[in-house]
Amino acid sequence: MLDLVVFYFFAALTVISAILVVTRRNVVHSAIFLATALLATAGIFLSLHAEFLFIVQIIVYTGGITVLYVFVIMLVNLDVALHQVQFNRQWLVALLLTIVLGAQVVVALALSRGSLYTLPPAPLSSLEPNTEQVAWSLFHTYMLPFELASVLLLVAMIGAVVMSKKRV
Amino acid sequence: MVPIGHYLFLSAALLGIGIVGVVTRRNVIIILMSVELILNAVNINLIAFSRLVGSVEGQIFAIFIITDAAAEAAVGLGIIIAFFRNRETVLADEMDILKW
Repeated sequence: MLDLVVFYFFAALTVISAILVVTRRNVVHSAIFLATALLATAGIFLSLHAEFLFIVQIIVYTGGITVLYVFVIMLVNLDVALHQVQFNRQWLVALLLTIVLGAQVVVALALSRGSLYTLPPAPLSSLEPNTEQVAWSLFHTYMLPFELASVLLLVAMIGAVVMSKKRV
Repeated sequence: MVPIGHYLFLSAALLGIGIVGVVTRRNVIIILMSVELILNAVNINLIAFSRLVGSVEGQIFAIFIITDAAAEAAVGLGIIIAFFRNRETVLADEMDILKW
């Protein structure tokens, strides 16, 4: 019962913040609501007993990426842009696309409803201790992808520096 | 435990909101934020199934997706800054230099 209440609280927070991210006129407000949505997602992760990802989500997303967004907004802030039309002419196409996609997902989920709601979850002990298991898997089975990810981060760092240099 | 269908519906809702943001907004920064929302929807799915199956591998994939999102945000925002220096705009439909 309690976990249902916790789930609905964080889910409502996530969805409402996400809607506000997409609809607000001021970009700074969108960034703040993005931070809220990401923090609420962290709560969802915690309710799924993914403690390591809960911390990673807070540190990397809320602490890193959102701050990066706010800095960029400060660098490119345009008061003119606030008074311009915020949505382009494709909103009808977008609405149609989303309705079709949403209908597909809902139909797929409804068709598999029997199995989705009756599948017993694995015993909680199989995921504990979480951080230790993640580390074990990351540094044994997924060693090569882990190293590749570090190369990707290096490339992204160099790319970001080159892109934002004064004279290219 | 909350049934896994709940998590899947939440993830689908986030995906839909993100797609609406990507397709309809004109401001490039908000388009990038919507991409982050979509990536978050994927993460919720992966972690929910990781809990259902009782294997930690879904969480490993989520870690890689978070890495990817960080790299994408850094490069994307760098591109936005470079473009803003040259053309003084952040609106997607004014970025039409390559248009025929």
